[in-house]
Amino acid sequence: MSAAIPRLRARPGAARRRSFARQLMIRPAGTGAAAFLVLLVLACAAAPLVSPYDPGAQHLADLLSGPAPHHLLGTDTLGRDVLSRLLYGGRRSLLSVAEGLAVVLALGVPLGLAAGYRGGGADRALSRGAEMVMAIPPIIIILVVLAVVPGNENAAMLVFGLLGAPAMLRVVRSATLKVREEPYVTAGRLSGLSPLHVVRGHVLPRVAGPVIVQGSIFAAYALLFETGLAYLGLTADANTPTWGGMVAEASTRIEQQEWLLFPSGALIAITILAFGLLGDAVRDAAAMEDTVPPPVRRRAFQRTAAGQGSPASGPEATPVADAALLSVRGLSVTRQEQAAQALVVDSVSFDVFPGETVGLVGESGCGKTVSALAVLRLLPGSLTVAGGQAQWAGRDLLQMPDRAFGHLRGSALAYVSQEPQSSLDPTFTVGSQLAEVIRRHDQVPRPAARARAADLLRQVELPDPTRAARAYPHELSGGMAQRVALALALAGRPQLLIADEPTTALDVTVQAEMLALLRRLQRETGMAILLITHDWGVVADICDRTIVMYAGQVVERGGAQDLFDRPLHPYTLGLLRSHPSLAHPGQPINALPGRVVPPGAWPSGCRFAPRCGFADDACRAGPVLLTEHSASRQARCLHTDQVVLDEVSAR
Amino acid sequence: MTSLIGRRLALSLPLLLIVPTVTFLLAALIPGDIARTILGADATQAQYEQLRQSLGLNEPLITRYLAWLGSALHGNLGTSLFWQQPVTSLLDSRLQVTLSLVVGSTAVAAVAGVVLGVMAALRAGAPGKIVDAIALTGLAVPNFFLGLLLITWFAVTLRLFPATGYVPVSLSPAGWLASIALPVITLAVPGIAVIAKQTRDAMREALDRPFIRTLRAAGVPGRSIIGKHALRNAAIPVVTVTGLIFIGSLSGTVLVEMVFALPGLGGLVVQATTQHDLPLIQGVAVYFTVAVIGVNLLVDLTYSWLDPRVRGS
Repeated sequence: MSAAIPRLRARPGAARRRSFARQLMIRPAGTGAAAFLVLLVLACAAAPLVSPYDPGAQHLADLLSGPAPHHLLGTDTLGRDVLSRLLYGGRRSLLSVAEGLAVVLALGVPLGLAAGYRGGGADRALSRGAEMVMAIPPIIIILVVLAVVPGNENAAMLVFGLLGAPAMLRVVRSATLKVREEPYVTAGRLSGLSPLHVVRGHVLPRVAGPVIVQGSIFAAYALLFETGLAYLGLTADANTPTWGGMVAEASTRIEQQEWLLFPSGALIAITILAFGLLGDAVRDAAAMEDTVPPPVRRRAFQRTAAGQGSPASGPEATPVADAALLSVRGLSVTRQEQAAQALVVDSVSFDVFPGETVGLVGESGCGKTVSALAVLRLLPGSLTVAGGQAQWAGRDLLQMPDRAFGHLRGSALAYVSQEPQSSLDPTFTVGSQLAEVIRRHDQVPRPAARARAADLLRQVELPDPTRAARAYPHELSGGMAQRVALALALAGRPQLLIADEPTTALDVTVQAEMLALLRRLQRETGMAILLITHDWGVVADICDRTIVMYAGQVVERGGAQDLFDRPLHPYTLGLLRSHPSLAHPGQPINALPGRVVPPGAWPSGCRFAPRCGFADDACRAGPVLLTEHSASRQARCLHTDQVVLDEVSAR
Repeated sequence: MTSLIGRRLALSLPLLLIVPTVTFLLAALIPGDIARTILGADATQAQYEQLRQSLGLNEPLITRYLAWLGSALHGNLGTSLFWQQPVTSLLDSRLQVTLSLVVGSTAVAAVAGVVLGVMAALRAGAPGKIVDAIALTGLAVPNFFLGLLLITWFAVTLRLFPATGYVPVSLSPAGWLASIALPVITLAVPGIAVIAKQTRDAMREALDRPFIRTLRAAGVPGRSIIGKHALRNAAIPVVTVTGLIFIGSLSGTVLVEMVFALPGLGGLVVQATTQHDLPLIQGVAVYFTVAVIGVNLLVDLTYSWLDPRVRGS
């Protein structure tokens, strides 16, 4: 029975290894490196059979010849064939690497498994010991060895392996720690299997990847070291063919025959490179295997793009509003995904007028933040604006040269993000960050900037502005950090503040203070606010108008109060009903069923249809347009009448 | 700050004890007779006994160890068997060469690596590929081979630099610079590779952090975003790696000093190995360990200067 339990848990066994092998095979560098190493080992092992000459045979007629038909890689100072000496020398170098590697594996792997699997005191002792050994410069230790037993390369490489074992121990330990907590290992442990059994059957296969990576890194270093010692003449006499010794011999004749440097030197470099590439390929293959998502086929961009259908008529095509501060028309943003591009924001249009507060509402993943970042030209590298415009004082923000837009940053548009703490540079004081921004906008000397920084901190109602200015961001609470971020945004006296969920990360009491502060600042400065939120409480508290977004599109828009009283789109209705404080008394709170369809998987019809109680075949037939219902009220729904009826009957 | 230095020193002092202890034990435990090795096969039994006596080999291991440790604590690292001079004065006279190389190459590697790494982080195209190529070859080409290539090209063919030898800085600063240029570059190349890779990754990560967005939106210009805010936040892993590169260059300098025939600690210790001059090797071990401890301390101090959060904890 006990033996059966671990098998019940999905053990990523043979299938995992097959896909790992496949991951490895698709990396040409890794395959090439492995092939080269195999070939090299075979050639050196078969040196007595394949090498054209005896490595010691002197061809006195051909001293220091370059590559020639008789001597493909030339001859050395005594007329010995370079290729033959390389093959024989390789036996020694590769054996030395193998010796060192054997010590590393024999010590590092079991001790690392023990440290990682057992934990506790054994782990601490082993880790501390490993740390100590790793701090010792290896060359000195090896030279001591070679001083006592001159020329003994075996001793040198065994000790080198000893010094390399701690690095392996650490790698195996951390890999084991990770595997230890996985369900199938825990199950095996709990079901009473012997530790040896669990480690051999379940832990070891998963640790193998990191061991190969660390093993190839060590092999590269070991070869570097072995050839270095041979170069110094510490491990062999001048007659024994060694790679390092051949470089040393060539170095005495640089002025006569440079060529002699290259066969041995390049072969060492290529072999080290091969070890390195092999390690890289194994590491990348292991990383891919861990992160490859289940193979869900994403719809290609063309498909969704075809479904967006924004005809020339309708509100989307209305000309830019001249009175508006910011007038966004047909904004589309795409995300690069492996081969295809997925539409993330789909022809979004909205206006913000001077001094007003507009709420941009919707669940996470609807494209609210991306729309805002596109206007601010702060999109991360994976996202690009695919179309549309954002008019500001007669100019398109999206087309402006970088330099011109740079002048608008902070002074025309400002931005406050969701995470207060991480939105401040942790390595500079609050005062210094504020002063930098102020000096950029006001062009004042440092003392004046510092004074204004204190003013701004007072304006955002920080209790002790002088102390706050001296503080580092990690010394502030979330609420204080958000006030500082707000002060940074206000430093350039912006006309429009784009605030992305500015209260979400804060405590409820602090949220209320923050909203009150935003209201007060707006009253005092007259700036407009575009507020991204999913919280209807915030909308009710502060917004004049509201735009509701779903799956990359605007689905409804209107005056904030109007929207509360008479939602036209089923999504708005669903959002309102799922909000605890806004639900009608006596009615159960209805969480909106399902979740937002991710970009790339949008249906060609109404995107909300899969989650909508009103949806019928007409909704799924084709794209639904945003239509005007009354002055300043628009919704993207075929069944607005039913929505209204449903809302009325619910009261 | 002083307490931080004190704490770090307390942690690293055991290392100063461990390295000589390990070398001492190793020398004693490896099968092989140092007196026999020094004298060779032809020596008489009387010569052998006398050498053992003068080396103190007839004393028990623990007595020899404690005696060595006792005088080491008084700044006396013994007498070189070959040179018949105090180890410390031998090493001090050659310290300048090695310091020029390891400090110089670490500085070159740090500056070049950071510049290349930042370029690669900002532009995915050519600079990224250059960094990858340098990283691959820089790590794979053994420094003794690279040194010989540089000698071939820049000293023998182009005659821009002397091929070998050292000019003390007090004699001629320009000559000094020319004499260490090629060795420093040779020693710096692997470091450039490692630091550039680390800088690229750390910069990419830093540029993705939310505060970069906040500062940019507030109007902070691009050069300050990259050169001040992102770089400082990316610096900690880069400093860590630079410390490791310095420690690695202590091993590298042993070979590079031989390639360029420079009279430094590295060349001395190789010679000492062929002459079985254990006190001298142990002396170099102590000097290198002091350097390792010093650099680790410097790295820790840099952390606390770079990141206020380290200062607090």
